[in-house]
Amino acid sequence: MAITLSDTAAERVRRFLDNRGSGIGVRLGVKTSGCSGMAYVMEFVDELNEDDVVFEDKGVKVIVDQKSLVYLDGTELDYAKEGLNEGFVFNNPNVKDQCGCGESFTV
Amino acid sequence: MAFLQIAEPGQSTAPHEHRLAAGIDLGTTNSLVATVRSGVAETLPDEQGRHLLPSVVRYTPQGVIVGEAARAAAAEDPHNIIASVKRLIGRGIEDVKTLADRLPYEFVDTDSAVPRIRTVAGDVSPVEVSAEILKVLARRAEATLGGPLSGVVITVPAYFDDAQRQATKDAAKLAGLHVFRLLNEPTAAAVAYGLDRGAEGVHAIYDLGGGTFDISILRLNKGVFEVLATGGDSALGGDDFDRAIAEWMLEQAGIGREASPGLLRGLMDKARAAKEALSEQESVEIEVARPDGSRWAGQLDRDTFNQLVDPLIRKTITACRRALRDAGVRPEDIEDVVMVGGSTRALRVREKVGEFFGTEPLVDIDPDKVVAIGAALQADVLAGNKPEDEMLLLDVIPLSLGIETMGGLVEKIIPRNTTIPVARAQEFTTFKDGQTAMAIHVVQGERELVADNRSLARFELRGIPPMVAGAARIRVTFSVDADGLLHVEAEELSQGVKASVEVKPSYGLTDEEIAGMLKESIEHAGEDMVARALAEQRVEAARVIEALQAALAADGDELLDDAERQRIEQVLASLRRSAETATDADAIKRAIEELEKTCEFYVERRMNSNIRKVMAGHKVDEFE
Repeated sequence: MAITLSDTAAERVRRFLDNRGSGIGVRLGVKTSGCSGMAYVMEFVDELNEDDVVFEDKGVKVIVDQKSLVYLDGTELDYAKEGLNEGFVFNNPNVKDQCGCGESFTV
Repeated sequence: MAFLQIAEPGQSTAPHEHRLAAGIDLGTTNSLVATVRSGVAETLPDEQGRHLLPSVVRYTPQGVIVGEAARAAAAEDPHNIIASVKRLIGRGIEDVKTLADRLPYEFVDTDSAVPRIRTVAGDVSPVEVSAEILKVLARRAEATLGGPLSGVVITVPAYFDDAQRQATKDAAKLAGLHVFRLLNEPTAAAVAYGLDRGAEGVHAIYDLGGGTFDISILRLNKGVFEVLATGGDSALGGDDFDRAIAEWMLEQAGIGREASPGLLRGLMDKARAAKEALSEQESVEIEVARPDGSRWAGQLDRDTFNQLVDPLIRKTITACRRALRDAGVRPEDIEDVVMVGGSTRALRVREKVGEFFGTEPLVDIDPDKVVAIGAALQADVLAGNKPEDEMLLLDVIPLSLGIETMGGLVEKIIPRNTTIPVARAQEFTTFKDGQTAMAIHVVQGERELVADNRSLARFELRGIPPMVAGAARIRVTFSVDADGLLHVEAEELSQGVKASVEVKPSYGLTDEEIAGMLKESIEHAGEDMVARALAEQRVEAARVIEALQAALAADGDELLDDAERQRIEQVLASLRRSAETATDADAIKRAIEELEKTCEFYVERRMNSNIRKVMAGHKVDEFE
């Protein structure tokens, strides 16, 4: 089981955490909602929950709760740019289908 | 493709429900838009990587052009290119006339209070021109964030009056934007540096732009920024620095008044470049081509530059001193000095400002972007992307709000400097027996008498059930929303009848007028208290007279003999006289006491008689 980060994603997360001045790492998760069933969650983490699993890649701690890990295992977090818009992208091998915008998906 | 940003713990949004927000610095010369992504506040560039959008709008028969392209064409099409519209927004025809001589636009003669400018694409108002700038910034933010904005925070100068603020909001509405709040520019700069999270204290915001200088003294008190004083010079800025250098070059090169406008423009550009270079290096080489084709080459070092700009910087320091005096604080009381505006990059400015305030000015955030960044941080909070306890309250009520009570007195319901939004209620009662309506007069100000305050609105509450005086309970609720809009509601509590009114409390009041009203209230505090005491005693006298007359009409014949009645009528008449003519509250008070003493026996008889009436036909033990 593993979650990885691309170089740019790791660099960005480090920068955002530095700027925030506090926080252990970044939480990746899924929740059930959205137009295709599931949606990604990305939040700063100040404290760990009991069922959290912590991965470390390129100096960044990635925190995932066990339930989400089932849907996220093998995901590589990337950071991409398109025109003026930019942000994080989940390269998730578990996804079968996603809504047009990529904000929600089914497995 | 959707891109994700990192949210605060527990603040993730559902897909397609992002709370996207932006802060907009709508400037006189340039405008900026900024937003918070993954916790970082940044200004947003356009496709060419330019952050600053020149606040210039060009109207053509084909459409509207905003920004650099409009500014570049200013010389060839001056009538249809509108710059510095911020100087016009929210101003009446009369104000604009004084500016119009210096502006190249053709103003349309209309009866409307709002000035309109004639262009090839039709007549436009300053609100419409501002809306064009806002539209471009909003589109840039939406393209960058990948979705529609839920709302924006737009900054305005601290000295903007209500009409200018309202016009700015109207421009946003016209651009299809929801305004969370207008934020004072100096407050935004303070927020960008996180001063709002710091200890309580007084801060100075020194804003030296291209063509304007503003100094604001803010006090942070319980997380609220209060503007203590503003000052400045609307015709002093970095352009004057460039002009001073250009004139020095003319003198050095021995060029006289024969210089062509083209040469002068070239010199201004050289001067600007030299000024900017001197922030990095000790001296710069300058070369000037004389009109006769020969050349002059020389050197401008920091010392010379300082000598050229020092008189200008001194002017700003004088304005700072004046603002401090208005605020009633000394330079050493200032905790932090925030530098805003591109011209504060000049090292000499930082040095002199630091010297005056006795503290190292804050310069870490790009002085061109700091206001937009503060606005973005505030917009992020207002959009709901931060936990509740980080909510910022940044506005206060400038003058107390209250209602008129009997005797022309003001009962303050919301005191000045209360943070908004706020709601406060107070109960009032009827003055006369059987009174079925009540006039509510909403007033604003610090004085004790209605006549000395500002009248905001009047309305009536009707349908109060007839009761004896003082028995009805009428609750008057004042609520002021985040935009400063006041809503007053009166409700009679037994029947639930209601009436309400909505007003803009600061409408048309300038900062100077507010300051003037505050000053008067302090100056007149003593005489106001005397006047209040007198009015209160008059009201009390009227109430006593009213009650006694009602009693006499009811049972005076029955309970009093002629002599007694005459005596009572006598003191009643003397009280009435005293209430009408006395200028001394104590005299009326004594007359009331006199009447009460004289009537004591009558009151006692009435009580006994009433008890007898109630008990008639009953045995005493029934009441035990």
